[in-house]
Amino acid sequence: MKLLDPGTEVDGFVVRECIHAGGMAHIYAVAYAQQARDPGFSLAMKIPRMTAGDGAENIVSFEVELQILPVLSGPHVPRFVAAGDLLRLPYLVMEYVPGQTLQHWLDQPERPDAATVAQLGGAMALAAHSLHQQNCCHLDLKPGNVLIRPDGSAVLLDFGLSCHAHYPDLLAEEMRKAVGSPAWIAPEQVVGVRGDLRSDIFAIGVMLYELATGELPFGAPTTQGGLRQRLWMTPAPPREHRPDLPEWLQEIILRCLEPEAAQRYPSAAHLAFDLANPGQVHITERGRRMHGPGVRAHLKRWIKAAGMHYQPSPLPTSQIEEAPILMVAVPHQDVQDATLYSLREAVARSLGIRPGARLACVTVLSPSASSASDAERSETTLHRTHLARLKAWAQPLPLAGHSVSYHVLEASDVGQALVRYAEGNRVGLMILGAATHGLQLQRFIDTVPIRVAREAPCTVILVKQQLPFEQLHA
Amino acid sequence: MKIALLSDIHANRQALDACLAHARAQGARQFALLGDLVGYGGEPAAVVDQAMALAQEGALIVQGNHDAAAVTPPAQAEQLGEQSAQWTHAQLSAAQREFLASRPLTARLGPYALLVHASADQPGRWHYISDGSAAERSMSAASLLDPSIRYVFSGHVHEQALYFLTPTAKLMRFTPQPGVPVPVPMHRQWLAIVGSVGQPRDHDARAMYALFDEQACSLTFHRVPYDHAAAAAAIRAAPLPAFFADRLEAGR
Repeated sequence: MKLLDPGTEVDGFVVRECIHAGGMAHIYAVAYAQQARDPGFSLAMKIPRMTAGDGAENIVSFEVELQILPVLSGPHVPRFVAAGDLLRLPYLVMEYVPGQTLQHWLDQPERPDAATVAQLGGAMALAAHSLHQQNCCHLDLKPGNVLIRPDGSAVLLDFGLSCHAHYPDLLAEEMRKAVGSPAWIAPEQVVGVRGDLRSDIFAIGVMLYELATGELPFGAPTTQGGLRQRLWMTPAPPREHRPDLPEWLQEIILRCLEPEAAQRYPSAAHLAFDLANPGQVHITERGRRMHGPGVRAHLKRWIKAAGMHYQPSPLPTSQIEEAPILMVAVPHQDVQDATLYSLREAVARSLGIRPGARLACVTVLSPSASSASDAERSETTLHRTHLARLKAWAQPLPLAGHSVSYHVLEASDVGQALVRYAEGNRVGLMILGAATHGLQLQRFIDTVPIRVAREAPCTVILVKQQLPFEQLHA
Repeated sequence: MKIALLSDIHANRQALDACLAHARAQGARQFALLGDLVGYGGEPAAVVDQAMALAQEGALIVQGNHDAAAVTPPAQAEQLGEQSAQWTHAQLSAAQREFLASRPLTARLGPYALLVHASADQPGRWHYISDGSAAERSMSAASLLDPSIRYVFSGHVHEQALYFLTPTAKLMRFTPQPGVPVPVPMHRQWLAIVGSVGQPRDHDARAMYALFDEQACSLTFHRVPYDHAAAAAAIRAAPLPAFFADRLEAGR
């Protein structure tokens, strides 16, 4: 396909230069021919390679992107601007997002440190989560399709192989064959299951592995047999390549790369949470091992994989709802036992109906509580004391099967701190006490619970204290 | 132009009114009724009157198996549906029966769309589109009729579904999400089952219809709440089996 010359006009857009000539499409920097229509951000035009000799799959994947990009929203996808008629003049104009693709970090001579890997991984996970919340799975995440903005957040590109639950999946028929990029594709995609959000988590795991070690966990297979290896194979632990990597990072990466989707993180928000809280990652044998499983273990896995039945994927939004991040704000000042008891009851009930949930117990200290001179009230001592209190509070909860973490925040504005924490960690449900100043006052002043309920990005449960009289008498 | 596609009304006046009002509010300028105006429901005369008024305004209306049965009901009524056909026949005036009798089995909506109650493959045999191969037969029959047909709109099966042909001529089924406009570009072939206005059977009592946007080449499947208690009451007031009323309340 011939490149367009700078200055060429296409349907009201002036072509500037070609910024990417890929196998599937050319991407040009463009601008509106009419100045008045300038949207205030730079534009990129994608034109599929569709001349004779170009594969039919180019057209279908372009059609898929044409269907999906216009309905996506949020800061983690390029804004859709315009599209040309598929048969007459196929093109797609979208926001040109400045930044570097993840490939940039892989091309560096030095491997990034664990903190940088976690930061990049967290950005990717949050971007994927935003997509999943819109019922869309990317299904082709790889270093070239992840753009990191200067502020560190991630933007996902190229929805040509994606699957959106609200629209007919034009690629579903190709199902017998794997659709995706061999190095990053998840096992269930290899056998043709499309639309599982945990496939994206697998691809992020492959990229984290690459960032951490410089190696691909499953190589870049070129045959169907090579692709099928990941149905049972556990890759060499990252620490075998790079012994200085922390165990928590290996634990996270290998969990993303579990062959069975149900063994991975249930949602990308859970992955982002672990990456943001390395100290709270529950480390198992997976994180500690220095060598991959032996032949015997792999043979067992191979047999298991051979008999595996792949289920159709759950809808991304229902999968997220099944496994929310549940946050409880535990007060520490002027608090009655009845309040703490009622809070715990509410958390227990919420965990009971959401077996996949993870629990974050949060308490907020005022900065004035700590003192630089008094050792009793030094910041670290206070933190330790409050962490212990949180753990003691949570101890009676039925926590088997749930991940739990404890967080002591420091802020003078308690309400704002809680809301920000919920936003930053994609909390799905927040539980807090209803009264901090007595219910009578709430009509007149803007109390913390009222403000949190108004501003929180998620469902909020306000718990009123209920004294367990029967139990007290016993 | 936006065209509302309504099928399997089954003498349910309340559901029809609710869907028509919903469609008008969504900007529908034309209406197409895909058959089975009567049968099962308690107000056949009112629904046929409504259909005749719509036809006056240019609505396209094809005949369904229950319409044919109401015109010439079986002498022996063994099944519930046959009893309902006899009762319906008695409720309709000669003009109303004549209206139903003179509906065609298929109709063209513009150069690209075909309307048929059940299947374009032998329309008078009322084949159910219950799987991909039945859908494929209907689509091929439509293509045989005229290769420029890209859309087949039908009812008969009381659930909403969208079948489409992929580039390698494989047929896929898609369950639409209510209220989401689905792009149906013309370079593919599509078969849409718009669901039932008057007798939903997917455990959701809300009425179903679809809205086709010709310019945007998109199809939106809708679910519309309506006064199903009133529709059930109309059935109970008539000498019709109570089951017909019960099922409206549960959408089964």
